[in-house]
Amino acid sequence: MQFQFNEQQRMIRDMARDFANRVIVPVAAELDATEKFPKDIVRQMGELGLLGMSVNEAYGGAGLDTVCYVAAMEEISRACASCGVIMSVNNSLVCWPLETYGNEDQKKRFLTPLASGQKLGAYCLSEPGAGTDAAAQRTTAKKEGDHWVLNGMKNFITNGANADILIVFAQTDPAIKHKGIRAFIVESTSEGFSVIRKEEKMGIRASDTAQLAFDNVIVPDDQVLGPAESGFKIAMSTLDGGRIGIASQALGISAAAYEASRAYSKQREQFGRAICEFQAVQWKIADMATRLEAARLLTYRAAWAKDQGGRYGEEAAMAKLYASETSHFITNEAVQIFGGNGYSKEYPVERHFRDAKITEIYEGTSEAQRLVISSFELKK
Amino acid sequence: MDFELNENQTMFRDMVRDFAKQQIAPIAHEMDVKGDMPDTLISALREAGFFGLTFPEAYGGLGVDTITYGVVIEELSKASAGVSVMLTVHNSVGSYPVALFGSEDVKNRFLPRMAAGEIAAFCVTEPGAGSDASSLAATARRDGDHYVLNGSKSFVTNGARAAFYVIVAREPGTHGNKGTHAFLVERGTPGLSVAKKEDKMGLRASDTAVIALDEVRVPIGHRLGEEGTGLRVALTALDGGRIGIAFQALGIGQACLDAAIAYAKIREQFGQSLASQPVIAHKIADMGTELEAARLLAYHAAWLKDQGRPHTREAAMAKLMASEAAGHAADAAVQIHGGYGFCKEYDVERYYRDVRVTRIYEGASEIQRLVIARKLLAGQ
Repeated sequence: MQFQFNEQQRMIRDMARDFANRVIVPVAAELDATEKFPKDIVRQMGELGLLGMSVNEAYGGAGLDTVCYVAAMEEISRACASCGVIMSVNNSLVCWPLETYGNEDQKKRFLTPLASGQKLGAYCLSEPGAGTDAAAQRTTAKKEGDHWVLNGMKNFITNGANADILIVFAQTDPAIKHKGIRAFIVESTSEGFSVIRKEEKMGIRASDTAQLAFDNVIVPDDQVLGPAESGFKIAMSTLDGGRIGIASQALGISAAAYEASRAYSKQREQFGRAICEFQAVQWKIADMATRLEAARLLTYRAAWAKDQGGRYGEEAAMAKLYASETSHFITNEAVQIFGGNGYSKEYPVERHFRDAKITEIYEGTSEAQRLVISSFELKK
Repeated sequence: MDFELNENQTMFRDMVRDFAKQQIAPIAHEMDVKGDMPDTLISALREAGFFGLTFPEAYGGLGVDTITYGVVIEELSKASAGVSVMLTVHNSVGSYPVALFGSEDVKNRFLPRMAAGEIAAFCVTEPGAGSDASSLAATARRDGDHYVLNGSKSFVTNGARAAFYVIVAREPGTHGNKGTHAFLVERGTPGLSVAKKEDKMGLRASDTAVIALDEVRVPIGHRLGEEGTGLRVALTALDGGRIGIAFQALGIGQACLDAAIAYAKIREQFGQSLASQPVIAHKIADMGTELEAARLLAYHAAWLKDQGRPHTREAAMAKLMASEAAGHAADAAVQIHGGYGFCKEYDVERYYRDVRVTRIYEGASEIQRLVIARKLLAGQ
């Protein structure tokens, strides 16, 4: 066993931390307040290689391991969870399936601009009627000559209104149920594609979450990702990696809230003493730090397992479940330690508390993670 | 980073797993009922080298690293927590102060005997000094080239079977952290006696005793560490001790999870197995996730110790989290077994009682939180 970063991993962490502190932290509160999509920050993240971190350099990526990705995700999310999810979706949910399942032509045309940050991606699986039950896809794809025609609606799509390239799942043959699902690469310039609305959200407000409509959108045959009957498998295996990204996002939110709480508890005085001298507060600090450390180890273990090339579905689900519930716990305790100030937008823990909640919901709710984990455990 | 056991560690784990299955598990229930451990088992443990696990090879031990030690304790604890606590106390707090703070002469004379299986015990706690170890009242009066010890030590694991006792007592008239000395005292020294054996809820195979000290004369050469550093000697040993207890808790917790999985698969209610019902599956997912998180914390602390780096905070985190995760797992395992879980016919009934003490001894959870918070607030 070995619990240390190597040189490269440390370098990437420091680079991401420096960028986050310099560029993102000063504007994070404003991004949250105005719900403004951080186009300029995203462009800079692309230039730094943060949008295609694990992608092979031949396709415009940074060619780094998943441990580097987790380290960078935590740093970006510590500054701004919205920037974190934009980054996570592009890396895990768009670049990864394109590199894993795409053919050479698709990688050249679509992966390269996404990995290098020239274009932004979105992953379109959820629908109004297909949330946790992702197999219940109503969006249809019909083959007509040398192309497909897509019709339907996608819901809660991160980056939806700003994406250039979307991976869209659609049902090609309802008779064979989830086996009929296939994955399509769709460009946002396609005719018939439209953004119906942008959700107004509790947290991660600077990331855009959109409802998308596909109205007779024509997709050429060479933009189908993977072979027949593979769509659902692509969707699920992509989410395994996505969960490592969301676990890292949750770590970043937790770390920000915890560190702010520790600092505040040392300077805030009540009853003539710093509040950190009271056992009630010391306990909170101890529990927050212990859970954060455990969540971090689970997340790095999942990243390491992915880098080993074996299966990592259970590790990723455990990391996502534990890290997201920990971020809920830690941000709640942080607001408590800050008292009335924690409820005020003047202090960032108010934002962290709202941002944390989504990590227990998207890319598989906590309930879905528990089903995944128990199915692995019960096979043992 | 690397989250895998190396070949040697895996070999030890498999060997101990076999040993525990063949020699311990079959009599675990009987030992619990009788509140005793047969001499034949202790002899077998001696022959297999378990009493010399952590001792340097120069003193006849196996000199295993802390990760291996943890793996061994976890495996033993799956079979019997009573057996594992005897060994973890012997290999850590009972002998570590001798190895770390004893004179060359004391080490050469006594460590080989301990490594060969003469059992060691650790005496800090007193009737009036539990979590507040600094309030200990036993005295050590200097008399020529001897100290004369008086007082009473309680909750001494291995107290009745031990050949050696590490004892902390204070200079008469001193208070708090000052004026304490640590000693190695041999059984048979006049005035040292076993006053009482506790009748306990769990860990019934291990013995827990009250040790009376009545004008016990100890040569000054048997003092461990400098004059006045007795409590520091004890607390240093406890850092390592907590790693051992963390792995003990993990072993009990894992046994609970294994039993719950096996039972959930065969037990049918409402026409289907418990395993296929989400309320039960979710409990299993939580048990697995919490234990895995705690295990990573324990490995991390053990790794730091092996690197010779500070590990007080990490050991406290591991002990806190592992004991609480194992407590949850035991409760869930009894719940999944229903009425059977309340009956001694099923092992989970014993696990539930055994696990409770892991949140109490070698520093209650409340003390672990204070240790963690103090380190964090000091920026460590």
